[in-house]
Amino acid sequence: MSPREAETPAPPLPASAPPEAGATALRTRGAVAFIAPALALVAVFLIFPALWTLYLGLTDYRLTGIQAANPQFIGLDNYAAALGDPRFGNSLWVTLVYVFGSAVIGQLGLGFTLAWIFRGWRGASRTVLEILVIVAWIIPSSVVAFLWIAFLDTHDGTLNAVLGNADVPWLFSWPLLSIIVFNTWRGTAFSMLLCGGALSTLPPSHLETARLAGASSWQQLRDIVLPSIRGHLLTNLLLISLWTFNDFSPYLITAGGPNFGTETLPIYIFRNALTNFQLGYGAAISAILLVINLVIALVYLRVLRKRN
Amino acid sequence: MGPDAAMPETAPGAPSAAAITARRLVGRLAFYTFVVVVGAFFALPMLWLAFAPFDAHPTLAAHPPTEFTLGNFPDLLKNPYALPSLLNSLVLSLATMALVVATAAPAAYALSRVRIPGRDVLLYVLLLFSSVVSGTAAMVPIFLLVFELGLINTQAGVVLVLAGGLIPAGIFMLKDFVDSMPTSYEESARVFGASPFQILRDIVLPHARPGLAVIGVWVFVNVWSNFLIPFILTRDPGKMPAAVVIYNFYSEGGQANLRLISSFGLLYSIPVVVLYLVVNRRYGFRFYGGLKG
Repeated sequence: MSPREAETPAPPLPASAPPEAGATALRTRGAVAFIAPALALVAVFLIFPALWTLYLGLTDYRLTGIQAANPQFIGLDNYAAALGDPRFGNSLWVTLVYVFGSAVIGQLGLGFTLAWIFRGWRGASRTVLEILVIVAWIIPSSVVAFLWIAFLDTHDGTLNAVLGNADVPWLFSWPLLSIIVFNTWRGTAFSMLLCGGALSTLPPSHLETARLAGASSWQQLRDIVLPSIRGHLLTNLLLISLWTFNDFSPYLITAGGPNFGTETLPIYIFRNALTNFQLGYGAAISAILLVINLVIALVYLRVLRKRN
Repeated sequence: MGPDAAMPETAPGAPSAAAITARRLVGRLAFYTFVVVVGAFFALPMLWLAFAPFDAHPTLAAHPPTEFTLGNFPDLLKNPYALPSLLNSLVLSLATMALVVATAAPAAYALSRVRIPGRDVLLYVLLLFSSVVSGTAAMVPIFLLVFELGLINTQAGVVLVLAGGLIPAGIFMLKDFVDSMPTSYEESARVFGASPFQILRDIVLPHARPGLAVIGVWVFVNVWSNFLIPFILTRDPGKMPAAVVIYNFYSEGGQANLRLISSFGLLYSIPVVVLYLVVNRRYGFRFYGGLKG
């Protein structure tokens, strides 16, 4: 336990609450005591780090040297440095392509397609396919990363064997595409399950009516299904974009290489802050990532609120 | 629309029956091709994990064992880090689970039953921070904070950070659950003079057991799989969880030991896969995001 947590009172026995008081068993004071331990942990280990990131980004803090003992406030210099660093621009671009390719096209596209073809299809082959997709999602990332290193290997990899001993050095020639496909493989299940849930909320009579009216599958999809589950699709899209922006797992496969080709923002932050120990600069880039997250999250919460 | 709407299909001038059959056949063919390709896409990378652990001489290619063996598993004992790291993962997962459930359950109960001023704002802020502040975006201050607290290279540091990230979502899921529970039992217990703590312990918690189980498993799976937080907070290989140790096995230079990686990878993956499938069957599971890394 951290010293801060010890300051909060232990779950109390507020005998002070007279039995006849209030409509519920808890009164405000008791309630605060019930909430305090959770709130203390969240404040220290979630909210405080976020605010500290914003401050650190304005300093030249390093883990070694003079700046370690006495970090200086340097204003927006870190942000100016980031804008001047082509590696930062590269990293931002790589991240956008990664999010668009693996979350939007890959996970949501494939996840929705699977949910769509699974609707009303019962049978062993459907169950097998569904379980495969879900297991790919459940296996821990650091295992999945190696499965893909093996699968894409130039000489022994299963992919090249399937393609007829092609010997294509996938991770070297197509690194960004490789991690996009890897992340699609790993994350499609979430979108598939969420879209499946959304599709099951559609009253079957709507589709039935449309079918009887002679609408093709495509027309049903475009005119009835997509408009009615738009809210679900949007929340799904926002969530997986948020997670993919913050996804560290490409590091496990390529460590950002070759030649920074897969250096997403999380990897760029990690290398600057915790490999080169330029903590101030790393924090400034983190702050940019926090702002991206904030924008996505605010839109997400708005959409959620509208739907309720 | 009535059944009349179906008329055009059989009306004169519509495509002939043969044309419809042909189109349907092409459609079916495209459908099965898609299913087979997607099935292969998901199955092929996974096959290696099914075969290599049982192969005396595994390669990077997925193929049925050339020489079947179970010997790769006892051989894990020879590696000083493999099995202890599974124990570390277990300790981290159980400790975080206990901490999250113990703090989120009373908080969710209070937030569900009492109208505290500012409750909705509090919930909104919690939800916002828990989705915005990922381990990745806050890795610098998390590292510094844990460093300043003297908790670098300890299980406690990892547990506290992970718990802080998972508690908000835990509160939300549990609050939903408590909201759906009737208050009548609590009210009668109150009439008989039970304290809020007694009511929570003797009435609310037993009723909320399925909700607690779901949160517990959700936390367990999240922590068991988490790579980033223990990766930046632990230095000593003897204290690293399996997620980091297996990465070290394949990222360190030299020839990767495929017998070790495959059997260890399988052993490390099985608990969460089994846990998911069991809980999914029992409770109809829904995962939420949280601190993913």
